[in-house]
Amino acid sequence: MQSLRYFYPELTLIVAMLLVVIADISFKRLRSVLNPLLTIVSLLLAAYFTAYINHSQEANLFLGMLALDSFAQFFKLFLLLAAFLVVLGSLQSEELSQVHQGEFFALLLAVTLGMLLMANSINLAILYLSLELVSLTSYIMVGYLKGDRLSNEASLKYILFGAISTGSMLYGFSLIYGMTGSLNLYTIRDAFLSQGVQGFDQFTTLLALVLALAGFGFKTALVPFHFWCPDVYAGAPTPVTAFLSVAPKAAGFGILVRFFFSGMTQTTGSEWGLVNGINWPLVLIGISVLTMTLGNVAALTQNNLKRMLAYSSIAQAGYILMGSVVLTGEGLKSMLIYLFVYLFMNLGAFLVVTIIYNSDKSFEIGDYNGMFKRSPFLAFAMGVFMLSLTGIPPFAGFLGKLYVFLAVIEKGLIWFAVVGTLNAALAAFYYMRVIKAMVLEEGNGNVAPLQVSFLNQALLVALLIPNLLLVFFWNPIDRWTASSARLFGGL
Amino acid sequence: MITLSHYLLISAALFSLGIMGVLTRKNAVNVLMGIELILNSANINLVAFSRYSSNGIDGQMFAIIVIVVAASEVAVALAMVLTMYRLLRTVNLDQADTLKPTCKVCATSIPN
Repeated sequence: MQSLRYFYPELTLIVAMLLVVIADISFKRLRSVLNPLLTIVSLLLAAYFTAYINHSQEANLFLGMLALDSFAQFFKLFLLLAAFLVVLGSLQSEELSQVHQGEFFALLLAVTLGMLLMANSINLAILYLSLELVSLTSYIMVGYLKGDRLSNEASLKYILFGAISTGSMLYGFSLIYGMTGSLNLYTIRDAFLSQGVQGFDQFTTLLALVLALAGFGFKTALVPFHFWCPDVYAGAPTPVTAFLSVAPKAAGFGILVRFFFSGMTQTTGSEWGLVNGINWPLVLIGISVLTMTLGNVAALTQNNLKRMLAYSSIAQAGYILMGSVVLTGEGLKSMLIYLFVYLFMNLGAFLVVTIIYNSDKSFEIGDYNGMFKRSPFLAFAMGVFMLSLTGIPPFAGFLGKLYVFLAVIEKGLIWFAVVGTLNAALAAFYYMRVIKAMVLEEGNGNVAPLQVSFLNQALLVALLIPNLLLVFFWNPIDRWTASSARLFGGL
Repeated sequence: MITLSHYLLISAALFSLGIMGVLTRKNAVNVLMGIELILNSANINLVAFSRYSSNGIDGQMFAIIVIVVAASEVAVALAMVLTMYRLLRTVNLDQADTLKPTCKVCATSIPN
């Protein structure tokens, strides 16, 4: 019962989820106002509780099921912010307004709840349960447009891929449970430490880890597990795509770090050492290189902007993963910073896509021609988001890339940083293509100015400000992420 | 005498069969059955490990959680398959290819 005091953010979301469902069936006239309002208020309230609860004491909740540390606090605030921005961005989406929206908000709250649990689970059972909560609800959100063939197909592909990946992950978990006799990540580490290499077959350990990685890789869209990503992103309603590309990805990185760092490493001074000679960073380095390269190369040939952004988000996952393989506090910090800036630039890009689809009903890059004449503000905003995603200096994306590459270089993996930089250069090509279409190309005759509603304008400005100004305020972010990365007694 | 290895062998076989079923079947419902095999192979592992070691009943508890989650997963998946049937009049996964990037050259040269 002591733990309940620290469970307020999650409880808020549970209550709000039920309230949204009730409000949806009982207030027929007010529900279009009431549902988003309830959702927004509950997300803000949950964020308030998360910020208010003291996370620095590193306690365990519910008999070692959930962790209470600043790492979890960072991810919770991040995920709540992402959900908040996506709710605002979805309010005026034409795609979603054609169908009844009541369940949408309830589902969104359910996903957010699952992600919050994901971010602080330290028990394999809770980890699996929360991951499935996120997956199941996001399958429904992707297939939300019932009569739409694309939406249905995307959802079906998502659910089949997801079920196979999480099934494999579960098999890996069962092997780990068999080897160590525990589901708690800290006990697992102790078991690995105490019994040494000879107690366990190296091959079985590696097999279990690779199988477990299938689940995390699926959530974060890393390369051998990325096949669902372009189709799902292209078929899902755009606000849902925006959400999927940021929030579950971040939560996936959260549990990936938790699983590998608290389960498979021991602290030695400022660095983490490998437990039991399981060289998982090497596996992750390979995956990271593959993810970046494949994502960037495949994005070059895409004509559908949503598909292009899907491949771009795969590539971004590769950069983010770079930070987690160097086994230093700096690396972990760089990963958090990258995730933080990625939130603003990617949500911004998808918001522009949503707004343009509202009036033009197209996702083709060719139809973005001449957008600068029709709405200079929109073209400017998209330009900033694209340059930020590329990592051009004055914008926030540069900060993320700088930290990640620095962490890798400090560890001595120069070639790894070179691969990352080459990839960033490659990525510039397709990001610039969007800007070129919007600014330089002649339009196809459609010169009617594109109206952007006040809410969307405000939201765009809110997303532009961090992209433009975050570079000048890197110091507080640096301190915040550093304190969040100080988990498990390291750093 | 049945030992832990027997259970592990069975679960490994089930897991492989499940993966094979998922990879080779075209019918969406058959793929879902393959997924069930994968999940249940993990369940057998968990229960067997929990039974043959003296570490409490964590594994059996986990298996029950997995059973519940698998049921809800199949509920959602079947709903999607039903919707697919309503829209396309088939549950053959090969026909779900609308999202493939359209190649403009092929679309014009091959009349369909």
